Amino acid sequence: MKTVVTRRVVTRLLWVLGFAVAGFLLYAWRSAIPPADPPSADSFDADTIRRGAQLAALGDCATCHTAPGGETFAGGRPLSTPFGTIYSTNITPDLSTGIGRWSRPAFERALREGVDREGEHLYPAFPYDHFTLLNDADSAALYAFMMTRQPVQARTPDNHLAFPLNMRLILAGWKLLFLREGPYESDPTHDEQWNRGAYLANGIGHCGACHTPRNSLGAEIGARHFAGGEAEGWYAYAINSDSQSSEAWNADALHAFLRKGWHEQHGDAHGPMAPVSRNLSSATDSDVQAIAVYVASVMGKRPQAKPTAGDPPNNDTGAAVYTTACASCHDGTKPLPFGGVKLTLSTAASGETATNLINVVLDGLHPPEGTAGAIMPGFSSTLTDGQLESLVSYIRANFGAKPPWTDVESSVREARSRFSD
Amino acid sequence: MIELKVNGRSHNVSADPDTPLLYVLRDELQLNAAKFGCGLGQCGSCTVLVDGAPTLSCVTPIMLLEGRQITTLEGLGSLEDPGPLQQAFIEEQAAQCGYCIPGMMMRAQALLQRNPHASDAEIRAQLEPNLCRCGTHMRILRAVRRAATLMAGPGTPPATRAPSTAGTQLDAPDTDNDAQGDARRRPARTDKRERPER
Repeated sequence: MKTVVTRRVVTRLLWVLGFAVAGFLLYAWRSAIPPADPPSADSFDADTIRRGAQLAALGDCATCHTAPGGETFAGGRPLSTPFGTIYSTNITPDLSTGIGRWSRPAFERALREGVDREGEHLYPAFPYDHFTLLNDADSAALYAFMMTRQPVQARTPDNHLAFPLNMRLILAGWKLLFLREGPYESDPTHDEQWNRGAYLANGIGHCGACHTPRNSLGAEIGARHFAGGEAEGWYAYAINSDSQSSEAWNADALHAFLRKGWHEQHGDAHGPMAPVSRNLSSATDSDVQAIAVYVASVMGKRPQAKPTAGDPPNNDTGAAVYTTACASCHDGTKPLPFGGVKLTLSTAASGETATNLINVVLDGLHPPEGTAGAIMPGFSSTLTDGQLESLVSYIRANFGAKPPWTDVESSVREARSRFSD
Repeated sequence: MIELKVNGRSHNVSADPDTPLLYVLRDELQLNAAKFGCGLGQCGSCTVLVDGAPTLSCVTPIMLLEGRQITTLEGLGSLEDPGPLQQAFIEEQAAQCGYCIPGMMMRAQALLQRNPHASDAEIRAQLEPNLCRCGTHMRILRAVRRAATLMAGPGTPPATRAPSTAGTQLDAPDTDNDAQGDARRRPARTDKRERPER
């Protein structure tokens, strides 16, 4: 008798499970969009293509979709995520390895729903959770720009993701939880420029992909919009009212920084922000201005930051290293470009974590090949871990004027593994 | 007094702890290979090795270097008995004014110690921080390739070794003029990656 009951329960459970699986498959399944003949270049007008180029610059597309030393937009750049390594895809219009056979609806579905032409779900390393905000005209312009690029044959390497994350169907579950599809809705309490900025910053610009913290499933935490996140071994500072910069930002400073990668009160854009500002230098000025106005409003006005640390603790080693290795450039007496930014202005010293300061001390600053930018020699070969920790704590106390970081030791260890030479 | 180990020998130096290593090498130890270029850590002509890693001696205070192994160009060989890297630079006549060469050589030495079969791209990437105003870059690259060959097998004529140097893009050193040689060594435009993936 008992076994019969158990069997019934099990059978029922199996039915329920079966229905659940079938239901999920039905929900998750996306059909392929038939391959299309590539549109001819003269089917797009020049203004649309130009608009697409500006959007691609705002979206920083080339940065992820270009492998180191590879052809622009041909993909293959490894993106390391907490879940494994994902390779960016080839978005040139190559017929076999790129998006040459993608129709406009297929392209728009990828942008807005994160589904490729063949119906496979895309990993949210591609920020469709932002691109879903794009309006029709802008996604059409982006399509026109991409389809008129030089096709490059380049196969994308396989992702390195463990089971079950290598099953793309499960991304439908992620989207159910975290993807809010639909175009940007204007906020009537703000003016047109602010709305333009919000549309660009949260849409194509996907600022939050780095500057918003993510949950354990890799989704941005909406309630903590712009509250600071992580990117490629760097900390993406908070760009809301939590901003730790010693000088308060305003729209003009943001505009200059985003365009030039540099501002005298805030220093240099480096790490993953460097290519962003390089791309923004070729975007439309009014668009960058709008983003600056929007981000400045999210940051809000705040009184000049007051030092919150007490007297700096005794740190002879840190002081000695600073005096001998850093001060000759950073003491503020040498004009640019011969001297570095005063460290009292540096968010690396006043920021949330020690990561960025350690990265810069170890590896220095290198403008990418063929471009102008701030240069600083790295000190990875000369500073011991102990000297580096003392130096970082000294800079924090004396120039960041904030309570000590708690992550110095672990951050040094982590950074060492990245900058060994 | 700070004790510095330079090219395997210990020296007690009297300079202040915040003195850049370059000044001590040149003024106290009479090791004049490393050059003062910009003094800002931006040109590479002062490059030496610290525990095998390329280091800009003009911005490195000696205080940080107690107990570390410092190597300068003088440590790689002498006029009478040049080391393989020096031999290769002589054979390729890679110096014009010569001011950048000690720094170039030390950075190349660090690479070849770490990776004797460095590819062309790796050599270029390694030497990227060092500036040369004369424009002898192609000869410098050839010299580094030749040095790799010399280091790989003493006594083997470099020209006969090139094709067998597995896993590298090294050419036989004596090829056509620079421009053609470079064009031929450049990888094909098409990236051939392994397998398709969406």
